[in-house]
Amino acid sequence: METVAEKDIIKKKGYALSDPVIVIEQISKKFDTNIILTDFSLQVEREENVVVLGKSGAGKSVLIKCIIGLLKPDKGRIFVFGEDITAMDEDALAKARTKIGFLFQANALYDSMTVRENLEFPLRRHWNNLKESEVSEMVKEALDNVGLFHTLDMMPAALSGGMLKRIALARTLILKPEIILYDEPTTGLDPVTAREIDQLILTLQKKYKTSSIIISHDMNCVRNIADRVVLLLEGRCYADGTYETLEQSSDPKINQFFE
Amino acid sequence: MPIISDTRDFLDQVGQISRFTARFFSHGLKPKFEIKELLAQCYLIGYKSFPLVGLTGFIMGLVLTMQLRPSLVNYGVESQLPVMVGIAIVREIGPVITALIFAGKIGSSIGAELGSMKVTEQIDSMEVSGTNPFKYLVATRVIATSLMLPILTILGDAVSLFGAYVGVNIKSVTNIKFFFLQIFNSLSYSDVLPAVIKTIFFGFAVGIIGCYKGFNSTKGTQGVGSSANSAVVLSSVLIFVIDLLTVQLTNLMGLN
Repeated sequence: METVAEKDIIKKKGYALSDPVIVIEQISKKFDTNIILTDFSLQVEREENVVVLGKSGAGKSVLIKCIIGLLKPDKGRIFVFGEDITAMDEDALAKARTKIGFLFQANALYDSMTVRENLEFPLRRHWNNLKESEVSEMVKEALDNVGLFHTLDMMPAALSGGMLKRIALARTLILKPEIILYDEPTTGLDPVTAREIDQLILTLQKKYKTSSIIISHDMNCVRNIADRVVLLLEGRCYADGTYETLEQSSDPKINQFFE
Repeated sequence: MPIISDTRDFLDQVGQISRFTARFFSHGLKPKFEIKELLAQCYLIGYKSFPLVGLTGFIMGLVLTMQLRPSLVNYGVESQLPVMVGIAIVREIGPVITALIFAGKIGSSIGAELGSMKVTEQIDSMEVSGTNPFKYLVATRVIATSLMLPILTILGDAVSLFGAYVGVNIKSVTNIKFFFLQIFNSLSYSDVLPAVIKTIFFGFAVGIIGCYKGFNSTKGTQGVGSSANSAVVLSSVLIFVIDLLTVQLTNLMGLN
C-alpha cells in the first residue's frame, strides 16, 4: 500500500519508489543533553531532489553531516548505495565519499589556494593516478559548467558571494558524484543570484543525473527544486510530501513554513 | 565556587590537550605521509621566520653584552665577557628567546589559520575531499615546528653571538677570530646538546598547542582571535615549564 507521499511522487515523477540511493533508518543524535535527532528515517530515490525543511537548529545540517560521515549518529543506520556508512572505517568512508558531493553553507573554499587549486584538491586526493592533462580537462569542464572559467587563477577572496557559491558547486561536482548534499545553497545570496543558483542546481542535476538532499529555508528555492519536501521538527520527520501537498496542509506546524 | 570550576576547566583542558597529543602519535605519524605539505610548512615556518629570529637574536646579543660589561669591569674580569655571553646565549637565552619569538609568530599563525578553517568548514571540506585533516594540517605543522625551531635556534645563536661581538667592539677592539675561539673553547657538548634538544620540545609544544587551539576554535571571529591569543599564551607558558624540567633533568644527569 503506497503512502500519501509515495502517491505524490508517482503522480509527479511517473514512477514508484523503488531505487533508493540513501536509506536512513531511525537515526538519533544528541550533543551532551541536547537531543537533535530522534529515530529519524528517510529514503531518497535515484535522481530525486529531497528538500529538508526545518527551523534553525532543528538538526538539518547534523542530518546531512551524518550521511557523509562527518558526524556519527548515536543510534540507527545510514545506507548509501546499500552500504552502511555508520559502520565504515576511514578508508571505506573515503571511497564512499567519492560518490557523495557536499556543498557547504559557507562554501568552504580553501582561502589559501586559487580556484584551480581548490578544484584540483579533491581530484588529486581521491584519484591520485590522474594525468595532468586529465586534471586540467576536468577542472575546465567543472568551471565551464558554472560559467566561471575566467576565474581559474583567482583567489577566493577576490570573488563575489554568488561566484563563490558557483565555484563551490563546481568543486562539489568535479568528482561526478551520484549524490549531492546541499547545505542551504542560497542562504546569504540576493534573490536574483539565488534563483540563478537554483537553476544551476537543476541543470547540473539533469546533466549528471544526481540525487540530492537540500537543506533550505528559502521557500522559492524549495518550490523550484524539490521533488519532495521533508519537514524536520523536534528531531523527527514530521511531514513528508510534495511542495504542493504540504502547502495545502491545514496543520499549523506545517503552515508556518509556507506563509 | 569559582576556584573549583576553574580547576575543573583547567584539568579538562589538560586532558583534552593530552588526548590531542596522543592522537598525533597514534594517527599523525602513520603512513601515508603528507611530504609535500610538510616541506611547504617547513619553508613557511622555518625559512620565513629567520629574519625575525635573526633580528631579535642580534639585538639580544648586543644588549646583553652592553649590559654585562659594567659589572664585569667592576670585578676586573672584562676579558671573560665573550665566555659569559657565549654560555648564556647558547645554554639559555638563545633557545628560550627564539622559542618565545617563534611562539608569538608561528603559534598565533597556526591557531588563527586552523581556527579560521574550522569555523568556515574548510576542515570538514578537506575530510569530504578524501583527506585526513589531522594528518594534513596537524601532523605536518607539528613536525615542521619540531624540526625548524632547533635549526632556527642554532642560526639565531650564531647571529646573537655576532651581535655580542659588535657589543664588545663598541668600547674595545677584539679580533673576531679570537672572540669566537674564546667562546667555543669554553663550550662543551653538555652546553650545546641539552640546549638544542630542549628546542625540539619547545617546537613541539608550539605546534601542538597552536593546532589544538585552532582545531577546537569556537564559531565567529572572536573565537578565532581567542584561539590565536591563547595558543601564544599557553605555548609560552609551556616553554618555561619545559625549560624548568630540562634544567632539573640536566642537573640530575650531571650536565650542568
